[in-house]
Amino acid sequence: MLQGIAQQIVSGLATGGIYASLALALVLIYSAMQLINFAQGEMAMFTTFIAWSLLQAGLNYWIAFLLAVLIAFVGGVVVERVVIRPVEHAPPLTIVMVTLGLLAIFNGLAGMIWQYVVKTFPSPFPAQPISVAGVVLSLQDLGVIAISLIVLVLLFLFFRYTRLGLAMRAAALYPESSRLLGVRVSWMLAIGWGLAAAVGAVSGMLVAPIVFLEPNMMQGIIIYAFAAAVVGGIESPLGAVLGGLLIGVMLNLIGTYVGFIGNELRLAVGLAVIVGVLVVRPAGLFGRRQVRRV
Amino acid sequence: MTPSTRRLALPSVAVIVLLALPVLLGFVGLDSWTFNFAFAVLYAIAIMGLNILTGYSGQISLGHGAFLALGAYTSAILQQRYAIPYLLTIPAAGVLCGVLGFLFGFPALRLTSLYLALATFALAVATPSVLKKFSGLTGGVKGIILDPVQPPFGLSMTPEQWEYYLSLVIALLLFLFAWNLLRGRTGRAFRALRDSELAAASYGVDLRSYKTLAFGLSAGYAGVAGALFAIDTAFVSPDSFDFPLSLALLAGAVVGGLALIDGAVWGALFVEFLPIVAQRGLEPVSKQIANAAPAVTYGVLLILIMFLARDGIAGAGRRGYISLRQMAGVGARARGPGAHSRDSRDSREDEEARG
Repeated sequence: MLQGIAQQIVSGLATGGIYASLALALVLIYSAMQLINFAQGEMAMFTTFIAWSLLQAGLNYWIAFLLAVLIAFVGGVVVERVVIRPVEHAPPLTIVMVTLGLLAIFNGLAGMIWQYVVKTFPSPFPAQPISVAGVVLSLQDLGVIAISLIVLVLLFLFFRYTRLGLAMRAAALYPESSRLLGVRVSWMLAIGWGLAAAVGAVSGMLVAPIVFLEPNMMQGIIIYAFAAAVVGGIESPLGAVLGGLLIGVMLNLIGTYVGFIGNELRLAVGLAVIVGVLVVRPAGLFGRRQVRRV
Repeated sequence: MTPSTRRLALPSVAVIVLLALPVLLGFVGLDSWTFNFAFAVLYAIAIMGLNILTGYSGQISLGHGAFLALGAYTSAILQQRYAIPYLLTIPAAGVLCGVLGFLFGFPALRLTSLYLALATFALAVATPSVLKKFSGLTGGVKGIILDPVQPPFGLSMTPEQWEYYLSLVIALLLFLFAWNLLRGRTGRAFRALRDSELAAASYGVDLRSYKTLAFGLSAGYAGVAGALFAIDTAFVSPDSFDFPLSLALLAGAVVGGLALIDGAVWGALFVEFLPIVAQRGLEPVSKQIANAAPAVTYGVLLILIMFLARDGIAGAGRRGYISLRQMAGVGARARGPGAHSRDSRDSREDEEARG
């Protein structure tokens, strides 16, 4: 029983790491522009398909992986420049509609190019399990956790120790002052979109071996990522990561040990978490409470 | 013509055309489209409801498919389990959805507009899996199969024509109700809280009651549309109510024209016929492209409309009409040539004020 729970927790951490990466992508964009990108999941799905095509062309897994991340980055920058920039200062309803439009476009394009047929996506990690202190762990889960951690650490280092990262933080917090100091604020936002798309692409490629590759594969994942972001406080990167891990573990334990919930109600649990947190504590666990001056 | 008769002229012509539509379709040999028009009418009801919520009171719902599902399942379960005549299930579905929508409005009060979009998005995505779970009631993945309806009183029309007229009469009543409500005090309160909650509250608009009222009304409309969905197709299943349905409804509301009564009609025609046109037009080229084309078109149009003309087809029509009249020299109000994209919001406001 205990070993079973430990196993469920580890595999929950693995899926949680995937939710955390996607949630991190959402947080990156939210903290820079106060908008929620509903197309984040579809963008991740699209780049995962690109990675699939690269693999089909015979590329090595890791080369395809890095290429897809790079393509995602460029794609994210282009999307921001072309589609988001014209509505940057528009009311929330407008921007929500635009990101929904993006969602529909990426979903439809993926269907056109790669069809609505389920494809298998390889995992770079061996399937065989290893046993640590009587707990059977899959290398697949451990590998996913490792990649998620690497992404997080890289992002942290980037924002903490590079000039570009500093400029991006400045642009998000004090756009006017940054502009006066010579930071090209608008371009910082575009780079933010690129980074978010790249991080999202990683989550897509990690989740594809588990849920199989098809145009709608991220529809459930994005709900859990939203839940993770909301639990952590939508402006807090650390919160998004912890929120993601929490959601992953929680869903796994509930799905396994609460018979009534099972697999069918997992999405409903995600919905309940989102609505519950937003109603009771909109700032999440780590967010600062918004005070509005009237 | 006096101004008031002129204002009624266009709607009257529209109603006559809608009433004669099945006959007209018969003339041009498109009888098979009657069913599609019946569906367009029920979409119009749902989009009208969404328009009350999103267009007039400014609350985003990405989850209206969930209310449609609730209405459809209410109707189907009442018919199948309790042998209730299908006509009675329509108001039942409307009232049930209205009450639940009203209640959903209370937690929604606490959410800012982005968070509301997020919560309703999750609602839409979770709906099919919840329907599958409670299979004792909903029939699970297989759904519920109903007896197809027949025209009553031995009327000499096809079942599709009867469904069309049934939906049309209900839609006309609901449109009349909405029009009456929205041009008066309630509509003014909705628009006020949409444009600035703070200003509305300080003018004495009770935010709580009006926001929840908008939610209730909107869900009620969706419920009625859902019941008609079940009646028209004689079949309900979880996958009919997935996220693309909610997205299509929202796209319909936006493309038709938010906060304009006739926007719902254009939006509904768009939602119903775009996939059909895409299918017919593109299938010879590639089946794959034909299947995915509606989604891409929704997406491109949503974005373009947000960029160029936030009041959709209905708004563009009004502006075109105004500039035509100007060119003809009867233009009542002067409008600069640049008055197209930037101040579309202002012109929408003017239109609303005139009702």
